[in-house]
Amino acid sequence: MKCGQSTAALVIRVGDPFCRGCFREYFVHKFRAMLGKNRVIFPGEKVLLAVSGGPASSAMVRQVQEGLSREAAKRLRFIPGLVYVEEGAVRGQSPEQRQQTLAQMKTLLQATGFPYHLIHLEEALELPPSILQPGPERASTSSPSGPSYKEAVDSFIQQQRQDGDSGTSLPGDSTPDTPAGATPCLPDAAQTRELLRSFEAAATATAREELLEMLRTHLIVQTARDKGYAKVMMGESLTRVAIKLLTNLSLGRGAYLAVDTGFTDQRHGDVMVVRPMRDYTAKEIAFYNRFFSVPTVTVPPLFTKRREKLSIHQLVERFLLGLQEEFPSTISTVYRTGEKLSPEPAKASSESQRCLLCLCGLDTFGEEELALEPTLIWEEPVAGVESKAAYIPLLCYSCRLTFKELGPLDTLPPYVRAEGQRRIQLRWSRTRRPRSPARAEGLGDSGGHIPIPLWHCWGTATPQGYIPDTQAAAFIPHFCASQGQGEPPSPFIGDWGAGPWSPPPPCPSCL
Amino acid sequence: SRISVVHCFYFRGGAELLFDGVKKHQVTLPCQPEPWDIRNLLKWIKQNMLKERPELFLQGESVRPGILVLINEADWELMGELDYKLQDQDNVLFISTLHGG
Repeated sequence: MKCGQSTAALVIRVGDPFCRGCFREYFVHKFRAMLGKNRVIFPGEKVLLAVSGGPASSAMVRQVQEGLSREAAKRLRFIPGLVYVEEGAVRGQSPEQRQQTLAQMKTLLQATGFPYHLIHLEEALELPPSILQPGPERASTSSPSGPSYKEAVDSFIQQQRQDGDSGTSLPGDSTPDTPAGATPCLPDAAQTRELLRSFEAAATATAREELLEMLRTHLIVQTARDKGYAKVMMGESLTRVAIKLLTNLSLGRGAYLAVDTGFTDQRHGDVMVVRPMRDYTAKEIAFYNRFFSVPTVTVPPLFTKRREKLSIHQLVERFLLGLQEEFPSTISTVYRTGEKLSPEPAKASSESQRCLLCLCGLDTFGEEELALEPTLIWEEPVAGVESKAAYIPLLCYSCRLTFKELGPLDTLPPYVRAEGQRRIQLRWSRTRRPRSPARAEGLGDSGGHIPIPLWHCWGTATPQGYIPDTQAAAFIPHFCASQGQGEPPSPFIGDWGAGPWSPPPPCPSCL
Repeated sequence: SRISVVHCFYFRGGAELLFDGVKKHQVTLPCQPEPWDIRNLLKWIKQNMLKERPELFLQGESVRPGILVLINEADWELMGELDYKLQDQDNVLFISTLHGG
């Protein structure tokens, strides 16, 4: 054992026992090292800590408290706030139980002295559609014109010396969102019912878990945006990250593993999500919380329907934890393999290249030209009539799978539908504008007017030519490059029928 | 020789949900010829304390993966895990790590 003095209290790795004192040092050091190595939290920055009441996020709060305390040799230098999302509605809690959980969490959050925000999952029904768009990246952090991390720290220290080092400028008292002394109240029953409708309409436990994670993340990021926090800290542990890696791989999110599990997640633009607990195993966290009395609040898991199959999340958890019993390096191996993944350098991606739900860059280009989704029909959006199929092109591969398992459109939160509709309309209106130069693709030339089959039809490329799907053929509009503002002819005029492709008739308005 | 022993069991991290939400249990284990090691203790818990869904707490002879066991505030891995022989007044703590955080 490291110090060779005190009694061993726990085993971290095989053959590596720690006493309490050495364990505490090790634990605290890891947090500072994680922030120090990554250098993304700038001094004086407002950082929102997402607290679930669970062991990992509670340990994270304690580390922040330790780090900010004046006695610490190398004090952390940011301004923390706390946010708690109350999810009792979907965790099978009665209103009384929810009140109890809220009261316990309020006590826990107040005791820290940091400003805190208690929000309900029901508030996701009131999110603005803008949450599904990345915000503008702030100039101060990652852009080359802003100060580097070292410059920022140096200037902060200098400023502190000039000010007489009054310590981090934390607001004196815990400032809750609700007026002081008010008992936290639950949302009204109608909202809870509407929220539950979304969850109950989900066909699988997997889709339900993904929906919960999505709503929770959007709520937290929106809170950060509203209250001026540039960073959000999430308490995902090493164990949780390893499970998430394999789960997300199974969900079809292989392209996004780095953002989903890495230390930084910048998909939201102006708000950066960081995961400072990702180097701590669940065991380390549980022992730390026990030895050093970190308060936690346990809540029941997300509800499941009777006789429903387990979610992919639960299956992977069981698999990894089970394997870990006999092969104690399983989880750390998965984790360290994941560490080798780094996010793609950010491309200037417009919103049309980002998934509607997860905000990651779409990984489905090229599929529309192939016959992978032959049943997709490119419909003209009719006012008042929505179809789930129209959303599919807006989503990445895995969100498509989840989306198909969620309920009908009217069970989805309003902000998703509003933003979805907006993008669908935008896409449609873009396709109706003539493109220049004309993409002739070897078609006949009728007096300078070249009909253009639009690229988003479905069919198969063969040596004989391009064979559109029978169904898709009826929807291929064509119009002439010279048309300008003219209305394209209705795609329903004329009968192209089934069968191999032949050049479309000349543009009727040019005849 | 036959000894009866008094023990405290604690359940944390959600494990208490399997025991009617009661976190602390103080019990006297009955005299028996077999030694009171953790292995036998778990069998006893299954028979006498687990109200429902034993598979959420136990797997085979041992606890379910994801549940930590502390004997007198120390990792059971340091004490021999299932083979540890219980002493009088020992505290055994079960912490579930299965509900994330």
